[in-house]
Amino acid sequence: MKILVAVKRVIDYNVQIRVKEDGTGVVTDNVKMSTNPPDDNAIEEAVKIKEAGKATEVVAVTVGEEKAQETVRKALAVGADRGIHVKVDGILEPLAVSKILQKIVDKEKPDLVFMGKQAIDDDCNQTGQMLSALLNWPQATFASKIDVKDNKLEVTREIDEGLETIEINVPAIVTCDLRLNEPRYASLPNIMKAKKKPIEEIAASDLGVDVSPRLDQLKVEEPPKRKAGIKVANVAELVQKLKNEAKVI
Amino acid sequence: MAVLLIAEHNNKELRPFTLNAATAASQIDSDVHAVIIGQNSADAAKQLSELPVVKKVLSVEAAHYENFTAENFAPVIVKLAENYSHIVCSANTFGKNLMPRIAAHLDTSQVSDIIKVISPDTFLRPIYAGNAFATIKSNDAKKCVTIRPTSFDPCESTGGSAAIEKIDASEEFSNTKFIKREEIKSDRPELGTARIVVSGGRGMQSGDNFKLITEIADKLGAAIGASRAAVDAGYISNDHQVGQTGKVVVPDLYIAVGISGAIQHLAGMKESKVIVAINKDGEAPIFSVADYGLEADLFEALPQFMEELNKLNTIQK
Repeated sequence: MKILVAVKRVIDYNVQIRVKEDGTGVVTDNVKMSTNPPDDNAIEEAVKIKEAGKATEVVAVTVGEEKAQETVRKALAVGADRGIHVKVDGILEPLAVSKILQKIVDKEKPDLVFMGKQAIDDDCNQTGQMLSALLNWPQATFASKIDVKDNKLEVTREIDEGLETIEINVPAIVTCDLRLNEPRYASLPNIMKAKKKPIEEIAASDLGVDVSPRLDQLKVEEPPKRKAGIKVANVAELVQKLKNEAKVI
Repeated sequence: MAVLLIAEHNNKELRPFTLNAATAASQIDSDVHAVIIGQNSADAAKQLSELPVVKKVLSVEAAHYENFTAENFAPVIVKLAENYSHIVCSANTFGKNLMPRIAAHLDTSQVSDIIKVISPDTFLRPIYAGNAFATIKSNDAKKCVTIRPTSFDPCESTGGSAAIEKIDASEEFSNTKFIKREEIKSDRPELGTARIVVSGGRGMQSGDNFKLITEIADKLGAAIGASRAAVDAGYISNDHQVGQTGKVVVPDLYIAVGISGAIQHLAGMKESKVIVAINKDGEAPIFSVADYGLEADLFEALPQFMEELNKLNTIQK
């Protein structure tokens, strides 16, 4: 079984983002960037499945500008075998990314495609489902547990009401929840070794996919700020305030 | 062209956020049709027909729709889409799972999780865990839009009498098989719609200690929330998680106990009307969004809180 894992470079989850003054987006210059957190879970799960002898190869793919390659390099350092970087500049909507990934799937013929359930920058939560639609493959979204059984996967999904278990036939798409596993850290020797692993570079323009945006981002602004609150001295004061001032209890 | 609302239900009745999505749909265009896909779901279809904002109901029932599998639902909606300008549903796990599958089939760039309809083609949506708001204009002929339920009031649920039209089922998608759903049943209000939410974080230190929260929640008629850290640590089940990748809640009162207030948690609760933070770390970021902050050890504060609430009741009586 071959597993393709899609990873995205985003502003690090610990960074307090700043909106640009001209309203065109958020500040990314000199801001720490990392792999989208649930994409780390996707890589980890693929590597674990390979370590368990149930997969033969793990290929990490990213779609984006020059520096996006860092995320593939990181995936290689934690156990992916080789990488693919589809180079494209500018804003990419999930629909465009899924069309590019479809071309990569056509070329690589993986049995499974893993990725994070949502990117923490645009918070769209679309790419996995869109790719699975384009391929007409089954989709297991928000996965918190995966059991590989021959040519099937049993996947536990996190849904609003609790948990749901489904069985999907391979080939299939799985989008990963943060609770799926605990991503490992790359050791220094593995980081060195990863530098020798191959990353194939492909120009998006060579894939024959229209990636032009369909959405205009007219404005990006700060959300309304909450007015500063107060500290209360003790529980009695808190309850009195809630009762008599805020009138919520 | 009319707007098509995808109803969310459990085959017996509508799920509450369908009413919020109906409101959003009616703000896009007053001509709202609603599709309900299920099995033995006639009662839910009837309920849908009674929403005054819904002008027509399309209903399809088949065994393979019983468990709401996106792979089975998407073809039904894709087939209907030619008659509609917009497809709308909630941005909860139901809609998040389903809508992109429809959008990709229609070659449409979806607009996810909107919090405001500015015009039929322009929407406001949070990005970066709600730390920025983006105004997005869609240039696609057909628009697929998911809405943040807590940003739209539920519509009226009675008084309408839309016609219910039966439509044909699509073929079953055989590569996905539903096995089971583990729903956590509770007599408490639903987290997403509760007026008061009491949430615990890593500071609770154990699942057992959550009973301090449960007690207060029951006293206040509140739902119970949790930070991701608390769910990850196994103190409480995932359906309680509030945050960027969990549920977004907008109660009148949100009480955060032992929650430090990571950006990802704030994303799920900072629009609450009144926020209370109880934390022994006075520097915790949760205090920056709290209307009332109490710097205290929660193991002392919560029993006192319960005592004070009991006193209130005695006075009232």
